[in-house]
Amino acid sequence: MARITFLEAIMQAQQEEMQRDDKVFIMGEDVRCNVFGTTTGFVDAFGAERVRDTPISENGFIGAAGGAAMVGMRPIVDATISSFLFPAMDQICSIIAKSRYIYGGQAKLPLVIRSCLFYGNSNAAQHSDRPYPMFMNMPGLKIIAPSCASDMKGLLKAAVRSDDPVLSFEDSTCWMAKDEVPEGEHVIPLGKGDIKREGSDVTIIGIAGGVNVALKAARALEQEGISAEVIDPRTLVPLDRELILQSVRKTGRAICVDPAHMTCSAASEISATIVENAFDALRAPVLRVTTPDTHLPFSPHIEKPLYPSVERIVDAARKVVGTRQTQPA
Amino acid sequence: MTSTGENDPRLEKYRRMQRIRQFEAKAEKIHADGEIPGALHTYAGMEASGVGSCMALRDDDYMVGTHRSHGHPIAKGAKLRPLMAELLGKKTGVCSGKGGSMHLSDFSMGSLGETSIVGSGGPVTAGAALGAKLQGLDRVALCFFGDGASSEGAIHEGMNLAAVWSLPAIFVCENNRFGMSTPTSDAVAGENVADRAHGYGIPGVIVDGQDVDAVEAAVREAVDRARAGKGPTLIETKTYRYGDHAVNMGRELTPRGPEHDDWVKRDPITIYRQRLIEAGVAEADLDAIDTAVADEVADALQFARDSEYPVFEEAFDDVFVDRLPIPAEVQAHA
Repeated sequence: MARITFLEAIMQAQQEEMQRDDKVFIMGEDVRCNVFGTTTGFVDAFGAERVRDTPISENGFIGAAGGAAMVGMRPIVDATISSFLFPAMDQICSIIAKSRYIYGGQAKLPLVIRSCLFYGNSNAAQHSDRPYPMFMNMPGLKIIAPSCASDMKGLLKAAVRSDDPVLSFEDSTCWMAKDEVPEGEHVIPLGKGDIKREGSDVTIIGIAGGVNVALKAARALEQEGISAEVIDPRTLVPLDRELILQSVRKTGRAICVDPAHMTCSAASEISATIVENAFDALRAPVLRVTTPDTHLPFSPHIEKPLYPSVERIVDAARKVVGTRQTQPA
Repeated sequence: MTSTGENDPRLEKYRRMQRIRQFEAKAEKIHADGEIPGALHTYAGMEASGVGSCMALRDDDYMVGTHRSHGHPIAKGAKLRPLMAELLGKKTGVCSGKGGSMHLSDFSMGSLGETSIVGSGGPVTAGAALGAKLQGLDRVALCFFGDGASSEGAIHEGMNLAAVWSLPAIFVCENNRFGMSTPTSDAVAGENVADRAHGYGIPGVIVDGQDVDAVEAAVREAVDRARAGKGPTLIETKTYRYGDHAVNMGRELTPRGPEHDDWVKRDPITIYRQRLIEAGVAEADLDAIDTAVADEVADALQFARDSEYPVFEEAFDDVFVDRLPIPAEVQAHA
C-alpha cells in the first residue's frame, strides 16, 4: 500500500498494464508531453511507437483505436477532456459500440477511451461536460466513473483487460486526492459497486466526484442525528443495481447525487430503478441532486452553485428523513 | 464447378465478378417478392472496382467496406451461403442475422466491417493498418468508400492519420457518380476525389473502374508501396451504379440521362469476358463458369431458405462478450 493521488493511480494502472501485455499501447493528444501527469516517463519506458501523440482528430484516432483493437491490439486512448468525445460520437457510437453486435460476434474491440470530467474550474460550457449519461444510453459501451485513487487504479486495470470497449470518465475534482492504493495486482471487477459509508436512515448514491460530496454531507448529517449510507456504483455500465436496491430496502430513502445535468442523468436511471423495484420499501420520494439543465458559465460566482453541494444534499436528506424530534419520554 | 481455371487468376477475376452479378440479381428478385426484409443496395455495374481491388490483396489483408456491401466480401473470396442466409435474416448468416444487407462482412476473409455510416470506415482502416504495423505483420488495410463519403470528415481524418503515420493503408474511392440521388458534381468540390491526395502528400491515382485489370494494377502498386512501409495511396475508381440507391423502392430517386446507356455498354463483366476471349480463353470455359456460379447462387439460396431464424434471446448476444440480462417483461411478450 502507498498513498498516491488519483492521477498517479491512472499512471500506475497504465504502466503496469503496458508492462504486462505488449498489445497495450496508448495514444491521444499530447500524451508524450504528459499533459495531466498520467504518462510520466512513458516514452523512455515503452518507446514512441507505443506512446503515440495523435493529430487533433478525435473521430480519427478514436476510430483508429477501434480498428487496431479489431486486429488484436488493446489500445488505451487518452481523449483528455470528455467534451472532446463529441467530435468522435460517430466512431464511438456507430463503430466501437456496435461492431461486435452488428457482425454477429465476429469483431472484438478491447479498448479503453479515457477522458476527464473537467468541471468546476471556470472552463466554460465547452470544456466542462460530464457526458457519461449520453453513453449509458448507447448499448455496447462499458462505463467506469471512479471516485477515489484505489478504485481508479483497480477499475482501469480491469478496463484494459476487458474484451469489451470501456469508457473511463475521470473526475478532475478527484485528481489530487490521495488514497491508500495497493501496489501491483489490484483489479476491481467491472459492475461491482461499493458501500463507501454505512448508515441506516437514507441511502445516498453518488456518481464520480459526487461520492466525495456525498461523504462530506453524510458527516454533516451525522451531527444532526441522520445516519446516511453512501453507495458508489463505480461502474455505470453495467450498473450494480442490486447493491443500490439492497441499501434502499434497508434505509427506505434514497438520494442520487450526480454532477451530470439532471435530465436523463445517471441519477435519473438509478431513481427509476429504485422506484420500479423497491417502491414498497420507500418511505419518501427518491430525490436527485444534480446539475440543473443549464449550461456551465465561466464566472465562478455563478458556476459553483450549480453543482451538487454538501448543503444541497443535506437539505435533500432533511426533506426525505423529516426533522428529527426527540420523542417525549 | 468448371474443371478449368481454378488456379488461373484471370478466370478467378471473371468468376468473382459473375458471382456478385448473379448473387445480386437473385437477391433483387426475392427482395421484390418480399423474401428479404429491409433495404437492398446493389453493387451491379461496379464489380470491376471491388474485384480488381481485392485480387491485389492477400487473404490475410484487411478490408473495410460500405453499406453497398454485397460486392466486397464476394470480391475478397467469401462463400455465398452465409451471405445469402444473412440477407434472409437467418441464424446461419455471416452476421448471425444481426447485420443484413448493409453489413455483409466476413471476418474470416479479413473483413473488418461493412459500415452503413458513410465514411466511417476511414478511421477503422487507419487503425487496422496501425495494428498490423505495431504487431510487425506485413498486412495492409484497404478502405472502400464512395464519392458521397468523400465529403465526410471521417474519411479525411482516416487518410490524414494514415499519411502522417505512414501506415500500410489503401483508400479506394468508388466513384459511382451518385451519392444516393445527388450527382457527384453537385456534392464534391474539385474535379476528382483522387486530387485530394496531394493535400496529404500521398499518391492519388485515377483508374477506369470498369476495367478489372486496370483497377487491380493500380491497387497492386499501392499495396506494394504500403507493404514496403511507404505509406498510403488514394485511388479513385471511376465507375457507375446501375441500380437506384436502393432497389425495389417503388419510385425512381435518380433519373438517368442518356449517359446511362453509354455506361451499360461499358459493362465491366462484358468488357472482361471479351478481353479473355481475345486472349484465347474458350467461350465454353466462361459459359461453364457462368453455369457453375448460377448453381452456387441457387445452392446458397436453398441453404438460406432451409436455415433457422435466430431465437429471440440472441438479440441480447454480442452487445458485450457476455449475454445481456433479458428483461422479464419483454421476454414474456417475445
